[in-house]
Amino acid sequence: MSDTLAMGGYGAYVWSSVGLAVIVLILCAVLALRRHRRVLRDIGMQLRATEANE
Amino acid sequence: MWTFFHKLASPPHFYRIAPTFIRIFAIAGVVLTAVGSWNGLIEAPIDYQQKDAFRIIYVHVPSAYLSMMAYMIMAVSATIGLIWRIKLSHAVAAAAAPLGAWFTFLSLATGSIWGRPMWGTWWEWGDPRLTSQLLMLFLYFGYMALRSAIDDPGKADKASAVLALVGAVNIPIIHYSVYWWTSLHQGQTVLAGKMPPEMLIPLLINILGFTLIFAALLLYRVRSEVLYRERRARWVRELVAGQEAIS
Repeated sequence: MSDTLAMGGYGAYVWSSVGLAVIVLILCAVLALRRHRRVLRDIGMQLRATEANE
Repeated sequence: MWTFFHKLASPPHFYRIAPTFIRIFAIAGVVLTAVGSWNGLIEAPIDYQQKDAFRIIYVHVPSAYLSMMAYMIMAVSATIGLIWRIKLSHAVAAAAAPLGAWFTFLSLATGSIWGRPMWGTWWEWGDPRLTSQLLMLFLYFGYMALRSAIDDPGKADKASAVLALVGAVNIPIIHYSVYWWTSLHQGQTVLAGKMPPEMLIPLLINILGFTLIFAALLLYRVRSEVLYRERRARWVRELVAGQEAIS
């Protein structure tokens, strides 16, 4: 286990790369979800604005 | 066959069927990446030259591959939109850009972390592979900035499509940079068949896993893009009104 973590002295390089990849992938998913929610909210607001005008 | 594509390009139909594919791609992508990473990071033997540092390849190569793939998707669909005026293809191009930028960032960052112990430097200005990859990041930024700077969506589509198309010249430069010039970056390993199977197979699994995750993210973003572009269409108004009634 500790051998795996140490990676023969390259542990900091290998695991920071892997960690960064995980963070970026999760961030991509979070940003996509947020964008979708914002689009839905914007369209909802526009819808109510046009209804109020009519 | 053609009716299938024709239906797929229809925004409401795409919006309805996309979630099924997103779910399948996301689950398969995460499972494959977990399997590939376990085998690559833990099971695969040590490289005789680079020792354990070579294992960075399992995140670096998939992200670099997809950073270029995303650019190709962006440039090709923008061109299709330009020529045939298919609404969905401009939406695909717009959705690919932020993802491409993130994968380019990831490839640059993991490459930098790999370069430190192997080359003794985080970054080398003027290195052809590194510089052309950085240029691609700026092309993505430029593409997104141009889109958001133009209010008229039709004009934004056209102008950004031209930028994407011109910038596509950079793709073969990135790919062949390690042959055309002297670079710190190592030459091709995967396509050249230089890796033993116990190292190569986990890498191929990770490339496929990353690709599926990318596909899920892309479809998800295209879906939001389609919804926004069609916001005045009847089906979108009904859909949003219906969802707000539920929540």
